[in-house]
Amino acid sequence: MILDVSVWFFISSGLFLGWSLGANHAVNVFGTAVVSKMVKFRTAAIISGIFVILGSVISGEGTTKTLTDLGSINAIAGSFSVALAVGISVTLMTRAKLPVSTSQAVIGGIIGWNIFTGSPTDYHSLSKILFSWVASPIIAAAFGFLFFKLIKNTILKWKIHLLELDSYTRIGLVIVGALASYSLGANNIANVMGMFASAPLFDDINLGNVLTISSVNQLFLLGGIAIAIGIFTYGDRVMETVGTDLYKISPITGFVVVLAEFIVLWLFTSQGLESFLLKNNLPALPLVPLSTTQAFIGAVIGVGLAKDPLSINFKVLGKIAAGWAIAPLSAGLITFISLFFIQNVFEQKIIHPVPYEISVSVIAKLNSENIPTEKINDLVSKRFVNKKVFRNELLQRYSFNNDQIFAIFNYALIDSFVVDSNLINKKLNHKIFSASQINQLKNMHNSAFSHKIDLEKAVFNNDSWKPTGNKLKDKEIEENKLLLENFFRVKNKTKHN
Amino acid sequence: MFLKKTRKLETQIDEYLDLVIKGGLIFKLGIKCYLDNQNQEFEGHLKDLRKIEEAADDLRRNIEIKLYTHTLIPEARGDVLGLLESCDKALNITAETLLEFSVEIPRLLPELKHDFLEIADSSVSCLENTVSGIRSYFKNIDAVRDYVTKVQFYKKETNKIAERIKRTIFRTDHELSFKIHTRYFTFHIERIAEQSEDVCDRLSIAIIKRLE
Repeated sequence: MILDVSVWFFISSGLFLGWSLGANHAVNVFGTAVVSKMVKFRTAAIISGIFVILGSVISGEGTTKTLTDLGSINAIAGSFSVALAVGISVTLMTRAKLPVSTSQAVIGGIIGWNIFTGSPTDYHSLSKILFSWVASPIIAAAFGFLFFKLIKNTILKWKIHLLELDSYTRIGLVIVGALASYSLGANNIANVMGMFASAPLFDDINLGNVLTISSVNQLFLLGGIAIAIGIFTYGDRVMETVGTDLYKISPITGFVVVLAEFIVLWLFTSQGLESFLLKNNLPALPLVPLSTTQAFIGAVIGVGLAKDPLSINFKVLGKIAAGWAIAPLSAGLITFISLFFIQNVFEQKIIHPVPYEISVSVIAKLNSENIPTEKINDLVSKRFVNKKVFRNELLQRYSFNNDQIFAIFNYALIDSFVVDSNLINKKLNHKIFSASQINQLKNMHNSAFSHKIDLEKAVFNNDSWKPTGNKLKDKEIEENKLLLENFFRVKNKTKHN
Repeated sequence: MFLKKTRKLETQIDEYLDLVIKGGLIFKLGIKCYLDNQNQEFEGHLKDLRKIEEAADDLRRNIEIKLYTHTLIPEARGDVLGLLESCDKALNITAETLLEFSVEIPRLLPELKHDFLEIADSSVSCLENTVSGIRSYFKNIDAVRDYVTKVQFYKKETNKIAERIKRTIFRTDHELSFKIHTRYFTFHIERIAEQSEDVCDRLSIAIIKRLE
């Protein structure tokens, strides 16, 4: 790790966000257990802290990709502003007693950054995220309903003694609490550190040539520790204040609710499950950071329906819906304002300039996707380093929709790739690629490309790279393509701004 | 391994409830001996009942301490303690009543002997069904309702027998003090059923909470 003071200063906002997430969300994993006195706070905090850190480091990358797809914040001052704005908006909403969701605030913050910098928003990623916001409480409610019925019938049928049931419930609460903490770390670390992931901050650490801890892993470890500290230092106070009404449910109900919440978080986090579904040609759920509060409330509603459908409080449902809208909007607005100040008052670079150039191959690619190019032919070979200027030039010529703008930005981005056979021999994992693919790459020794699409056209042109119809196989092909792109990319040595 | 403490406590609760059942049976035997003028046997039963009452008290306190020190069943602890304490009260009433027979040696009309045996039997049935209800509260929630219904039934029967005894005694030419003394002992035996019904009222509420 490098100990550059400015890095620590900038990521402090992410660490603050992590602390706030830990303080506010511990109640969703161990709140019922602690409030009902089934588990001591200290025990809960230790277990939760350990599993949050493990989840963040081991399984945090799946959801991070969705966030970086939505908006690739590549300058650390930009990441700082977004994390700070999200932290402020979450704090303000907590004070206003509105149901707070860090996940939703983060999405608002990233879109705020996109709007401020003129970066196009990937609507495909956004729609995945919006789908998960609606789906997660519904799935949690369904699981809550089913588990409650199942457990109630089991208790009645098996005639378990109250005292034994108490012991089982206690163990169950600790286990699901630990699992839910793992999922909380894995699912929500993207919210805390995801916006810093695009800008490499730390050097990789090599532990005796056996284990390499990447920059992202180090970042996630720090984020996980920040969440754990949040749980330790402030989790009990949140449990005492928030935990008295909504969270004051019987220990068995609490167990059912946290179990349902864990499953929902896991469904939207697990890369293993995604692979399994794809392997069987089934549709996979998007890997998206979720709001644990909403999954929790969804599960409470499910259990409520199982007990007595008339007991559902529609005011709570209204508040959830309000939270969906208010959290991202306020975070987006605060991000926009804070970026303005950071850029213009503190003169910090909130975006790393990335050059764009429409080449002949870009025009051909756009034509193949039926995107009109007649009016932008005059832009061919012109280079833009400012996203806003490039966007305005495009929109002045033709009223492209967001998807078209996103595609143009994507294809016109100037990158730098060189195929190097020495590198292939020394560092490329030969087990992943076939012999013919390796030979093809070696034959292209010293070929250089300035656009990603040119590299793709030259390298991925034979049948072995084409989609097979098998979802898992196709995903592997896509991942291998990405791996090669990163492998041949000429790296920028600048670490941060 | 982790259930070792729990199992021990379960056994203690069962032992406690066994003592309450035994207390009820000894009470019935004691009343029968008193009515049959078997004084020595009666005093023996009284002695046994007082021992059982003391043992039950100790056991109950032990259970309560364990429930608190090990923070077991935090949600249901209040209900369980309430049930055990009010059940203990019913056991105490059996011992107190038998003691009063021993101290005051009430003269009971021979024609009321059958009624007194019947009221003792009915009151103890109330107590026995209450104990079964409490056992079910721990293990078999569905059965609690049946026992509560039985307790309510036996309590009404006890009230009817008590009324019959009082009507009979107050229609005789005996002295008022004699009549009041008989009524006093009828009332005492009736109290076992009343207390059992109180326990069942608690049980009915506690069971709703358990089903939540």
